[in-house]
Amino acid sequence: MQQFYKKIYDDPKFHELEGKRGKFSWCLALAVLVIYYAFILIIAFRPEIFAIPLSDNSVITWGIPVGVFVIIISFLLTGIYVWRANNEFDQIGQDLIEHHVKKSGTE
Amino acid sequence: MLKNQELNNMAKSCFLLLISLFAPGILFAADSISGNVVKQSVNSTAIIMFLVFVCATLGITYWAARRTRSRKDFYAAGGNITGFQNGLAIAGDYMSAASFLGISGLVFASGFDGLIYSIGFLVGWPIILFLLAERLRNLGKYTFADAVSYRLHPVRIRSLAACGTLVVVLLYLVAQMVGAGKLIQLLFGLEYHYAVVIVGVLMILYVTFGGMLATTWVQIIKAVLLLFGASFMALMVMEKMDFSFEMLFTRAINLHDKGLAIMSPGGLVSDPVSAISLGLALMFGTAGLPHILMRFFTVPNAKEARKSIFYATGFIGYFYILTFIIGFGAIVMLVNNPEYIDPEGGGIMGGNNMAAIHLAKAVGGEMFLGFISAVAFATILAVVSGLTLSGASAISHDLYASVIKHGKVHEGEEIKVSRIATICLGIAAIYLGIVFEQQNVAYMVGLAFAIAASVNFPILFLSMYWKKLTTKGAFIGGSLGLVTAVTCMILGPTIWVDILGNPEAIFPYKHPALFSMTAAFAGIYIFSVTDSRQEISDMETAFKDQYVRSQTGLGAEGSTQH
Repeated sequence: MQQFYKKIYDDPKFHELEGKRGKFSWCLALAVLVIYYAFILIIAFRPEIFAIPLSDNSVITWGIPVGVFVIIISFLLTGIYVWRANNEFDQIGQDLIEHHVKKSGTE
Repeated sequence: MLKNQELNNMAKSCFLLLISLFAPGILFAADSISGNVVKQSVNSTAIIMFLVFVCATLGITYWAARRTRSRKDFYAAGGNITGFQNGLAIAGDYMSAASFLGISGLVFASGFDGLIYSIGFLVGWPIILFLLAERLRNLGKYTFADAVSYRLHPVRIRSLAACGTLVVVLLYLVAQMVGAGKLIQLLFGLEYHYAVVIVGVLMILYVTFGGMLATTWVQIIKAVLLLFGASFMALMVMEKMDFSFEMLFTRAINLHDKGLAIMSPGGLVSDPVSAISLGLALMFGTAGLPHILMRFFTVPNAKEARKSIFYATGFIGYFYILTFIIGFGAIVMLVNNPEYIDPEGGGIMGGNNMAAIHLAKAVGGEMFLGFISAVAFATILAVVSGLTLSGASAISHDLYASVIKHGKVHEGEEIKVSRIATICLGIAAIYLGIVFEQQNVAYMVGLAFAIAASVNFPILFLSMYWKKLTTKGAFIGGSLGLVTAVTCMILGPTIWVDILGNPEAIFPYKHPALFSMTAAFAGIYIFSVTDSRQEISDMETAFKDQYVRSQTGLGAEGSTQH
């Protein structure tokens, strides 16, 4: 197994995969962290922002739709990641394995 | 009688000393807090529905037992669970009775603040998906310690991981057992002790005979029932409000003591340090909970592992939105309704955590009340089963097979050890559940999350992302995280003031995660970079192999490549 790991590690396509996936997952993780901590920091420092009503004749405050938005966006971002990882990234990984493992297995 | 009392106190202090390491005098904490639970009359609908659930799940256990032969069957349900099923099971693990009753109760008591907790519990999931899940699935076999010890020295690192697992599992178990006992007194009119014993015995049966397969299906069934019940309640509330949120909130504001304040952040999150610290514990604690991490090995590959998080996040998010509606619905329908008001205290009968239960009766009558009560009991059973299985595998797979036997162990023997461990954990849970009856155990879940975030998460995360991590660094840093979390918790307001009765807290914040995570990461960094040159360069070399495997899944457990 170790020889295959080494071969794949030396393949530039592997580093292309790891670069792409790394960038993508860190961007999404950062997005979630920024959204969540913005929410928490508003609650900690400026809670009155979330107490503003949506409109003059509404009792619903901004805090509620923003909170629900955080829940929904978390779900959507997981969906986006799963979609790209299960199609694009897995395909590249599979190609790498086929190229290095299966090919050398028949030699 | 007196002797019994002494024994109880001794057990309490032993356990607390175990988890605290530095707490002389904690013995006196024993009777400072007593629950004010009133036993209800026997509720036969609820008991019948619960018996139906028990029979069905025991049937499943029988079915699962005949399919549980290998180690892989026992720990990982043979790796044959689909992403969708696993998503439901993860949601089941996560939607505990505490989060159903606790969060709807919190919304009932303070409105918007309940949402802050829900969101904190939810946002851990995307992070787990983006940063951990597929690497964990590709590297590990049955427990998260497998992934951590891929290149680190297995004996030391598994001892630490098993320790982290067991402490988290025990704290969580005790909180669940005590919750179960009190809940069942309220819902079914059964004695506290009976309830604790029933939960313990059923959980031992599920796990010992049915392993992960039975545990998973118990979770799935319970998740479906709970989602159905909560959806029905939210729908009935909205139907009564003509499907207008404006009307729901307006009426709640008019009825609630706090008035308009329930629509905005209140005193729950008081200072920024506590807010950030709580946020860290919720987010990264989830990523370090052993019973949750274990679930990623029940699916055949990384693809299904990712899908399971997608489904789980959807179900959990949907569930939290429901609990928000349920909490507000409870304000509208229960406040000022003499049927649900405690004639002496003036508040709601049984306390705020009963809001969802009373609302079930208000919208669906006795029948639905029975259903929801049975689901709440089932929820506890399912959660404790998952916890116990993960504790048992830490004992058998990490401690016995790897640390004591250095991997030279027959498969049948390892399964036998995990069954024995399950029974021991079950008995310990029953015992501690009884011992802690009169204690306030609410802090235990918080502490479990803080420890998961400061021990399990840092070593798991850095083992996957930092090539210079060495065994020494992980071991010392992880231990520092554990000690800091426990010490800060004991010296903080929750235990030092509320339970021990001291006038002022030595550590001023309720949530230690910010400090204990910092200690863990700093410790890991310092003791890794100062490790011997040879060790660091060995680790860097081993990291390459690990990296390829974690990225491509080549050589991963259950993969078709060889």
